[in-house]
Amino acid sequence: MSPPILETKGLEAWYGPARALHGVDFEVEDGGVTAVLGANGAGKTTILRALSGLIRRTGDIRFRGRPIGALATEDVARLGIAHVPDGRGTFVDLTVEENLRLGAYVRADRQSVRADFDRMFGLFPRLAERRRQQAGTLSGGEQQMLAIARALLMRPSLLMLDEPSFGLAPLVVAEIFRALGEINRDEGVSLLIVEQNASLALDLADRAVLIETGRVALSGPSQMIRADDAVRRAYLGY
Amino acid sequence: MADADSAPGVLVAIAVGVFALAFPFAASGYHIYQGAQVLILAIALLGLNLLTGFNGQISLGHGAFFAIGSYGAAILMVKFGLPYWAAIPLASVVCFIAGFLFGFPALRFGGLYLALATFALAVATPQILSYKGFDALTGGSQGLTLAKPRAPFGIGLTADQWLYLVCLACAAALYWAALNLVRGRVGRALVAIRDQPIAAETMGINAALYKTTCFGVSALYAGVAGGLSTLAVGFVSPESFGLALSLAFLVGIVVGGLASLGGALFGALFIEFVPNLADQLTVSFGEGAKALPGAIYGALLILVMAAMPTGVAGAARAAARALTSSRQPKVEKGGVNVAAKYERKGEAP
Amino acid sequence: MGEFLHQLASGLALGGVYAIMALALVMIYQATHLINFAQGEMAMFSTYFAWKLMDLGEPYWFAFFATIVASFICGVVIERLVVRPFANAPILASVIVFIGLSLIFNSLAGWLYGFSVTSFDSPFNGRPWFGAGYMSAHEAGAIVVTLCVLALVYAFFRLTPLGLAMRAAAQNPVSSRLVGIRVGWMLAIGWGLAAAIGSVAGMMAAPIVYLDPNMMGGVLLYAFAGAVLGGIDNPFGAVFGGVAVGVLGNLIGAYLVGDEVKLSVALAIIIAVLVWRPSGLFGRRLVARV
Repeated sequence: MSPPILETKGLEAWYGPARALHGVDFEVEDGGVTAVLGANGAGKTTILRALSGLIRRTGDIRFRGRPIGALATEDVARLGIAHVPDGRGTFVDLTVEENLRLGAYVRADRQSVRADFDRMFGLFPRLAERRRQQAGTLSGGEQQMLAIARALLMRPSLLMLDEPSFGLAPLVVAEIFRALGEINRDEGVSLLIVEQNASLALDLADRAVLIETGRVALSGPSQMIRADDAVRRAYLGY
Repeated sequence: MADADSAPGVLVAIAVGVFALAFPFAASGYHIYQGAQVLILAIALLGLNLLTGFNGQISLGHGAFFAIGSYGAAILMVKFGLPYWAAIPLASVVCFIAGFLFGFPALRFGGLYLALATFALAVATPQILSYKGFDALTGGSQGLTLAKPRAPFGIGLTADQWLYLVCLACAAALYWAALNLVRGRVGRALVAIRDQPIAAETMGINAALYKTTCFGVSALYAGVAGGLSTLAVGFVSPESFGLALSLAFLVGIVVGGLASLGGALFGALFIEFVPNLADQLTVSFGEGAKALPGAIYGALLILVMAAMPTGVAGAARAAARALTSSRQPKVEKGGVNVAAKYERKGEAP
Repeated sequence: MGEFLHQLASGLALGGVYAIMALALVMIYQATHLINFAQGEMAMFSTYFAWKLMDLGEPYWFAFFATIVASFICGVVIERLVVRPFANAPILASVIVFIGLSLIFNSLAGWLYGFSVTSFDSPFNGRPWFGAGYMSAHEAGAIVVTLCVLALVYAFFRLTPLGLAMRAAAQNPVSSRLVGIRVGWMLAIGWGLAAAIGSVAGMMAAPIVYLDPNMMGGVLLYAFAGAVLGGIDNPFGAVFGGVAVGVLGNLIGAYLVGDEVKLSVALAIIIAVLVWRPSGLFGRRLVARV
């Protein structure tokens, strides 16, 4: 059993003077999928922001055993952690192609970058059609695909997504999650997914963490979370 | 010093007042003249602070209104023979109108754009003043000269002392007026407009009216200062009213402390004496060093901003708080956002 | 007609200078939302540097390129040392810092090189020139140099990865960090580039307006007018605006109100544009979400 690709112990985070995370412990298996669930405002997005260094955080954060809690955002990204933020973070004034090229910005290997481009367009054909279009004119679903493709072009070991289903039609969401599954199985990219849509996330994930007001309420294999009636009714709403 | 209600604040104000009154009788002619200059600058800074500090409208062009007051008073006195106690108020009214009118287009620009527009105003002012078409009135690039006023009724004061006292009286009156303005409904409205303009509007504050009027009032202050300056200096010419003047005003209010009326005095002292100090420092460098004071002044500006972003008044307030309260609440480091990591610059919404 | 063409031509040459300065202003504005009031003085200082090199015997083009490189470095250093610490300070603090910078450059130039007006050689005079009486060789050369600079800058930003990264960093710093772009250094390089092209503007302007520490004050104002006219967040607009101000200024100055009030014309342009169309001719319309 290989060590987790990401683990946190006692993770705390602040928005200015207000503490939003009060000691969060969890881990992501190497090659696994972990879902972060919880109600609105529980602190799920905060976790991702803290991992990426976008907000002030303390605690033990290790990526492949190496502490990253003091790194700047761009250095975290360069280690191989790709973060697709809530709102997608698309460069709306740049073209689809330029957005993708930015994903490959830190990579030096031109050949494999080109190969990756082709793979992305294979995975998300709609992006190929809109290559030269301004990213801001894409639909919500297409922007989400673009954000994911851009993140994948970084050749990350860990892909973190913040509410990938938000505001998207069910068919589109299904397509996206299918693609995520493919990416995880075929390429071994570990996934950390923050989702409001619990059932969707639990289908894909092997582990889940339940967050309530900045603390871990429950964590374990997704089967266990899904099977627990009380948890389902109280936290997941079904 | 802005919270003049507090005991230390009142004491300081009284001390300053007493010193200011005694000053002209103890100091020599040139120093009295400098004292008058400080008061004149303080008046202009009061006005600019009302506009920029309290109402948030950045003006890099207040030298222009100062010039209107200066030239206006000079023209009225030299070409129309009015006595100074009529010329200055009249010129100031003209300034008010000019400021009020400028306030209308200013409504459309925000922050930096207004800074840009007023910067342009400041740069263009000397050119406008020396425009050949106005030569008859303005005296063209030569300007106008006039005699200093004498003390009335043969009071045994020198011209310098009399002038100083006139400036002091104006400064005191205008400070008191500004204080009342700022402490009352109007002041709160101005600050509300600065901090949350949309919310202010929804509460029924007519932002447009307040902002344009504020512009007018601050121009009026600059005009009074300009008129007094004409008396003090004895002549006006286009070069005196260039960009450097407007920039000096801005430096004065930021160093003295934005949104702090008391800071106007600190600011005035800074811009009156620090360039001189810089001059002194470079005396030893020899002849070619006459340019160096500017560099030292510039470097000082940057250092002051780094060390005291809230100005001298802000630092004084922080010091007073530290001395008088036993348990100090966590004070923001100057005006700099401590939660810098939380709000990375330009973070997308 | 000849006079008109002459004014037009020299307006284009001057307009090229304004366009380059306006471009420098826009580059910094896009990345930081700040207007660099010290841009003019920095360009002036660079021009003096070039003059000094030539005074020491270096040939023009060596001095030209050496100055560009030196200005680039200077811009990067200034951003890192002086501008960066005030990144989170209130806007007025930054404005004061820029004013401080302009004073420092202005005074240093005066101290190092003296305040008297000097002549600055153009590399283009003395070459055979077939432009009849409409424009001087330098004006023609200035236009060519302007076009080269604009083309190079355009190519840099559109076609190179670094240029793309800089555009991204200016538009969306957070997302840029998330793909590993060192946003801080992007800002520094932006300042370096702005300083570098500003120095070109200075060196092109100097033969026309003569070299003295206060030479760039007016030029800066015209550049502002151009940037505002074209739209301060749009590089193409800024270039167009700069050229327009150059041409219009000349024509209005020659035919309508006289040369002495050209600065006031610039002022009028700024105010008129900000009142009637604040985003400029080509800038983005900003809608404030309530």
